[in-house]
Amino acid sequence: MSMRVAVVTFPGTNCEHDAIQGLEAVGAEAVFWWHTETSLDGIDAVVLPGGFAHGDYLRPGAIARFSPVMAAVADFAAQGGPVVGICNGFQVLTEAGLLPGALQKNAQLTFACQPCGLEVAQTSSVLTRGLEIGQHLEIPINHFSGSYVCDEATLASLEANDQVVLRYRQNPNGSVANIAGICNVAGNVVGLMPHPERAISPLLGSSDGLHLLGSLVSSLPAHR
Amino acid sequence: MRFAATVEVQLRPGIADPEGATIDKAIAALGIAGVSEVRAGRCFRFTVEAEDLASAEEVADSLGERLLSNPVIERHLTTIEALG
Repeated sequence: MSMRVAVVTFPGTNCEHDAIQGLEAVGAEAVFWWHTETSLDGIDAVVLPGGFAHGDYLRPGAIARFSPVMAAVADFAAQGGPVVGICNGFQVLTEAGLLPGALQKNAQLTFACQPCGLEVAQTSSVLTRGLEIGQHLEIPINHFSGSYVCDEATLASLEANDQVVLRYRQNPNGSVANIAGICNVAGNVVGLMPHPERAISPLLGSSDGLHLLGSLVSSLPAHR
Repeated sequence: MRFAATVEVQLRPGIADPEGATIDKAIAALGIAGVSEVRAGRCFRFTVEAEDLASAEEVADSLGERLLSNPVIERHLTTIEALG
């Protein structure tokens, strides 16, 4: 039986179709999951896709964290369920306190929309289990507020606990320590700014996103 | 009693402020000298119904902490004024 993945859709989300297509490409059954849902029954993994949840009003992710589904996502994550936030989804996870730090406006105020070289920094998260440390990936970014910021103590604990999942090979946005993605201590909650669902075919310039999505789908559902 | 609350949200010192830096450059482009250290922020105004000034301030300050700012990168300043 294939893994059933909920792709959480807020008003203003705009990468949900791409996410579903990417997850289906690696053999998952992916379903839209509207933000007013209060449960995640029958779901093996959750993806929070990119976009502008609730118009990004106040701050990206600031209003989305109050959507009813987020209480269910927090419970699911606490039970070890795999949760991946992509771009705006990463911003939602930091605002909800499920991941440390914050995503600040890009340095130079540039909107960054380009293919991006990444390096895999650890392989114990649900998104990188099937990869190798140091492996290079080419995956596009598309964001205005993607500069990862945290205080020095948080950065030290991220490094010490092996929570930095992906790093930029060339920093496009001013993120501390070239951070492109992080996970929680357990490795089941991952946030990343690059869009793996936009790198699923040579026609798109890269199919490296399949390695990450494939890793998520092949990871055993830890909560069952 | 009704109180007018103002919550000003600013990036913490040491957090890069690309928006402030860009405004700084625009000021120079206007040909105005002597302006520096621009920091961009946001300001929220609302009315609070409460017993007294202290409890109104508590409500506004808690909103500043829990919703209007992201304490990881921002700090907030609350001011309260009684409405007639």
